[in-house]
Amino acid sequence: MMEIMEGSHAVAHAVKMCRPEVIAAYPITPQTHIVEALAEMVANCTLDAEYITVESEFSALSACLGASAAGSRVYSATTSQGLALMFEVCFNTAGMRFPVVMSIVNRALGAPLSIWNDQQDSISLRDSGWLQFYAEDNQEATDLHYLAYRVAEHKDVLLPAFVCFDGFILSHTYEPVEMLTQDQVDSYLPPYRPVLRLDSADPVSIGLFAAPDYYMEFRYLVDRALKGSAGVIQASGREFGEMFGRDYSALVEEYRLEDADCAIVAMGSICGTVKDAIDDMRKDGIKAGLLRIRTFRPFPAEEVRKALDGVSSVAVLDKNISLGAKGAVCMEVRDALYGTQIPVQGYIIALGGRDVRKKDVRNVVDLTRSGKGDIFYGLRNEVLK
Amino acid sequence: MISLRELRIHGRGGQGSVTAAELIAVAAFAGGVYAQAFPAFGVERRGAPVQAFVRFDDKKIRLRSQVYEPDYIIVQDSTLIRDVNVFYGVKEGGIVIVNTEKPITEQVPPGVRVITIDATTMALKHLGVPITNTTLMGAFAAASGEININPLEAAIRGRFTGEMADKNIAAARDAYTHVRGVT
Repeated sequence: MMEIMEGSHAVAHAVKMCRPEVIAAYPITPQTHIVEALAEMVANCTLDAEYITVESEFSALSACLGASAAGSRVYSATTSQGLALMFEVCFNTAGMRFPVVMSIVNRALGAPLSIWNDQQDSISLRDSGWLQFYAEDNQEATDLHYLAYRVAEHKDVLLPAFVCFDGFILSHTYEPVEMLTQDQVDSYLPPYRPVLRLDSADPVSIGLFAAPDYYMEFRYLVDRALKGSAGVIQASGREFGEMFGRDYSALVEEYRLEDADCAIVAMGSICGTVKDAIDDMRKDGIKAGLLRIRTFRPFPAEEVRKALDGVSSVAVLDKNISLGAKGAVCMEVRDALYGTQIPVQGYIIALGGRDVRKKDVRNVVDLTRSGKGDIFYGLRNEVLK
Repeated sequence: MISLRELRIHGRGGQGSVTAAELIAVAAFAGGVYAQAFPAFGVERRGAPVQAFVRFDDKKIRLRSQVYEPDYIIVQDSTLIRDVNVFYGVKEGGIVIVNTEKPITEQVPPGVRVITIDATTMALKHLGVPITNTTLMGAFAAASGEININPLEAAIRGRFTGEMADKNIAAARDAYTHVRGVT
């Protein structure tokens, strides 16, 4: 049934139906509404989970790691500086192969302090071994949690996953969402059956040190599992579509790309505005299209290459910057297109919550078509002196 | 045909502008259209100028930018007109609802209908506090036709409980009847 509600509450409700057994989180804007709602459900006994209150994000994810090691399905949510504080634990969670699912309500990183949206936080953890999904709207923000648990806990994956959605722009927006029922979620997501867990009756050690003669093999296996998760995402996403009508089998979404001259590549909520801008441009004879990256890790290089085959220019919108280099998505797209002659222009856009309008998307397409790119889009003049 | 309609609410922190946007969206959705409500994400301070937005459409709403060319504007506090260009971008044929007991003397863009209502007095009468959001929601329902009064009542009842809900509904109904009478 379609209901209208705040994005954060829709996500909290979806997480509840995934039946997490342990939740540990620390409140931080704009993620707070999710964990507040979950804490209330636990307090009201409508969610049978252990809710661990902690003094920091470092402890939140550490508690999740421990609970996952003991064989529980666990959940956390964070953003921005909170995720930065989890940096070390993020690498450990992936390295120890614990299928923790965490919502990242995307927000800029300081300094200067900004509570507003961009995707610098999760992008900065791109090398940590977590799967990364990016939602365009609140429907996806909820659905991707079911998918994330299914994929993360798959015996061939066993890796943690971020479900990323834009802070405020999605988390604080009321819009209609089709919520699954508990029975539907149960039929899609069976209880977590850990392959290996800490058990005093059958002791094992997890996450010990590896000397130089073994460390690389561990890293190789994480990389292989993460790359291999693409196939599990496709199968699990297809099954989701067959059961509930929304197909997530593709790691990318193509919008009016089939005959496009100029392709825009982007992630997250900005893609809704881009789609509307494309419809307007099409009316004026500008053949633009969109390639939306829904799964950033594993990166769907083959799909990107296939989807962009035949376009004459590519504009990549990055809500992040690898300072001293380029936007993270731009670098991936260029890498995917290596060996082709397709020009790729990168645009750093919408950092720290700067609003993006349809006319901005059109401006970017104009810039791309005239070969001007690899810039911060829409800077104030005073910094350009 | 342009099916998208947009509302921008101007208020001050503490006046319930974000709640108003949310409840208007809930009422519109109950009436069978797609709706999207979101705040202009500022640092929340009581008394500071705030904005909230609602979009209505017959199809799914994808656009995520703030509202720059609204069809409707609600001004919760007329003292904002001095500080903020509340009329900015309003479409020709648009409707602006201003909470004031005085006539509007400021320059209003051509082709825009301004409806003034003394929502503060109405809110004080029904709620005992000068929080005008539910009152102005009633005025918006009557002036715009985007939402009906019954789903609006249900939306208010979904947010407030007991006597608080009854009082807010009475305030909304009072404004609804008043604006229906003058338009």
